[in-house]
Amino acid sequence: MAELLQILVSGLSAGAIYALAAVGFTLLWQASQTINFAQGEFVMLPAFFVLAGMTIFGLPLWAAILTAMVLSLLILGAMFKKLIVEPMLPHGTLPLVIATIALGLLMKESVKEFYSAQGQPFPTLFPQHVLDFFGASISVQDICNLIVAFAAIISLQLFLGRTRTGRAMQATAQDPRVAEILGVDVKRMVMYTFLINGALAAIASILISPVYLAKFSNGETLGMIAFIAAIVGGFNQIKGALVGGLLIGVIDNVAAVYISAEYRAAIPLILLIVIIMVRPQGIMGTSEGRTV
Amino acid sequence: MLKTLLTGTALAAGFGLAAQADTIHIANIAELSGAGAAAGSVWADGVHLAIDEINENGGILGMKVDMAEYDSQTDPLQSRALVQKAIDGGAFALLGTVYSSSTVVNMLVAQQNGIPQFTGSEAPSITSKGNPYIFRTAFGAQKGMPKIGAFLKDTLGVDKVAIAWANTEYGKGGHDAFTNVAEEMGLDIVADVPSEQGQADFSADVLKIKNAGAEAVFIYLTEEESARFLIEAEKQGLDIPRVGDTVLASQKVIDLAGGAAEGALGHVGLSADAPVPLLKEMDAKFTERFGYRPDHNAIKGYIGAYTIKYGTEIVGEIDSQKLADAMHGLCLDAETYPGVLMDICWDETGEVSRESFMVEVKNNAQEITTILPPN
Repeated sequence: MAELLQILVSGLSAGAIYALAAVGFTLLWQASQTINFAQGEFVMLPAFFVLAGMTIFGLPLWAAILTAMVLSLLILGAMFKKLIVEPMLPHGTLPLVIATIALGLLMKESVKEFYSAQGQPFPTLFPQHVLDFFGASISVQDICNLIVAFAAIISLQLFLGRTRTGRAMQATAQDPRVAEILGVDVKRMVMYTFLINGALAAIASILISPVYLAKFSNGETLGMIAFIAAIVGGFNQIKGALVGGLLIGVIDNVAAVYISAEYRAAIPLILLIVIIMVRPQGIMGTSEGRTV
Repeated sequence: MLKTLLTGTALAAGFGLAAQADTIHIANIAELSGAGAAAGSVWADGVHLAIDEINENGGILGMKVDMAEYDSQTDPLQSRALVQKAIDGGAFALLGTVYSSSTVVNMLVAQQNGIPQFTGSEAPSITSKGNPYIFRTAFGAQKGMPKIGAFLKDTLGVDKVAIAWANTEYGKGGHDAFTNVAEEMGLDIVADVPSEQGQADFSADVLKIKNAGAEAVFIYLTEEESARFLIEAEKQGLDIPRVGDTVLASQKVIDLAGGAAEGALGHVGLSADAPVPLLKEMDAKFTERFGYRPDHNAIKGYIGAYTIKYGTEIVGEIDSQKLADAMHGLCLDAETYPGVLMDICWDETGEVSRESFMVEVKNNAQEITTILPPN
C-alpha cells in the first residue's frame, strides 16, 4: 500500500508537469488550429533562459526565473504567433505543422550551439526533504511540483470560466466569426492564448529541469509525452489534457515498477493506440465542437 | 609566360607535398552531441589538450599532428560512417568513440581497414571479439567488478544488493560482469533495474530499489543518467550506500548532481584527485584551459593521444599496421612516457592494466580512499 502511494504521488507529480505542456497543445489547437510540434522545445528552452540569467548575467534565481517568464511570454508566446503562426496559418494546417517541426529543430540546435550539448545542473526551487506518510516516503519536491502545476491549471480554468476575458477567449475558440460580431477582439484573444501557452511552458520547464537536468534534447521526450497526453485525454478539452498528463505519469511509473522497467517507454504508446481505436476523441474529449 | 606558370605550379605542388610530408593525420570520433555528449565532449577536450602539447613539443617523429574531429551524435551508425570517412581522409590512427554501443559497431570498420583505434569504451565485449586493432585507454568493466564485489562484501558488509544499469552495450557489459561477480561472492541481487539511454525520469527505478530491501545499490549508468538517478535517490530519501564503477563518482556526475552525489562511492580507473603528480599536473592544465576539472573521460582522451605518439615513436615510422602490432604487450612507464600519466600495459586483446582507486565523493570532489594494484 505504501509503495503504491509513493508510485501514485511520484507519477502524479511528473504527470502534472506533462499536463502543463499538454494543456498548451490543446489551447493552441482550440484558439488557432495550431498543432505545435515544437511544444517539447518550448518546455526545454525556458530552463536555459534561467541558466543564462544566472551564469551570464549573474542574476539571483528568483530574478532569473522572472526574466525567463517574461522572455517566454515574448518569444514563445507573442513572437511565435507573429512570426510563425500568422504568416503560415493562411496556407493551411499542414504547412504550419511543418513550420513548428522546423522551429523545434532550430530551437534545439540553437541551444546546443550557443549554450552546450551537455546536460546542465538546474537549481531546485523546493526543499529536498522526505515526508513519512502512512509508511510511504513522499518527496516534498514532488508535492510542491504537484501543487504548483495544479495551481497553474486551476487558475487557468478559473480565468477561462469566471472572467470576462476568459469567456471571450472561449467564444473565440468556439466560433471566431460570431465572437467578432458580438464585439470580441478575436486577435487579442488568440494572442492571450499564445501568451498563456508560453507561461505554462516556462512553469513546466522550471519544475522539471531540477530532476531531468537542463538539456537541449529534453524537448524530444517531453513533446512526445505531452502530445500523447493531449490525444489520450481529448485534444479539445483542457481537462482532457490534464487527465491525459496525469494518467501517463502514473501509468509510466506503475508499469516501470510492476510490469517492466525495460519496456516502460512502450506503455504510453500502447495506451495511445488503444485510445485511438476505442475512443478516438480521447477520454474527456467530445466528438464535435471546441471549447477552451 | 607559360614557363613561369609551369614553374610556379611545380613549386606550389612541391611545397604542398613538403607540407603534407610534414604532417601526420589522426582523427577523433566522439559523442559531441546527443545522449553521450557529457562523456564525448570531455574526452575531446582531453584529446585537444594532448594534441596541442604534442605539436608544441615537436609533434610525432618531428611531424605536426593534423587532427580531424567528427561528431558521432551518439549514434552508432553515424559513428561507423564517420570512422570510414576519417580513414578515407587519411587518418593513420583513430581516437574514440567513448560509448561502447558505438565502438562495438565502428571498430569493425577500423579493423577492416587495418587502422589502430584507441577507445574510451569500457564494455567487456570491446576487447573480447579478437579485433587486433582496438586498444582501450582505460580498463574494461570486467576488471573493476571483482574489486567492487569485494568492496561491497568485505568493506561495506552487504549481502543484498540492487543494480541500476543502462540498457546499452556499455551497461549490459557491466551488468553481466557484476552479476557474475555477485554470484561468485554470494551477493543476493534483490532488484535488477535497467533503464534506457537518455532516460530522464528515474522515480520508478529508485522506488523499486528502495522497496526491494537492498542494503546497497550498484549504479552502472552513463554520466547524465547517473546524475539524474542520484538526484532522484536524494529526492526519495534512498539512504543506502550508492556504489558505482568509474562514472558514478566522476567529476562530471558530481558537477551535474551537486549535493545529491555526496557520499557516492566508486571504483575509478582514473581520477584527477589521485595522488599522482602527473595527473595533478594534467588536471591543472586542463582546468586552466577549459574552465572545468577533467574527469576520467578527459584523462582517457589525453592518454589516448599520447599513446599514439609514443607507440608511433617506438615503431619509428608512420605505419598503422606496425603501430597496432607494437601495441600488443606494450608497457609504458610514466617516468619515461609522462603523457600516459600512470604506468600502463596493453595485453594481446588491447585490454589495459593499470592501478586503480576506490573513491568517495566528499565536498563535491572525489576523495581517494584506497589505491588498488593492477589486475
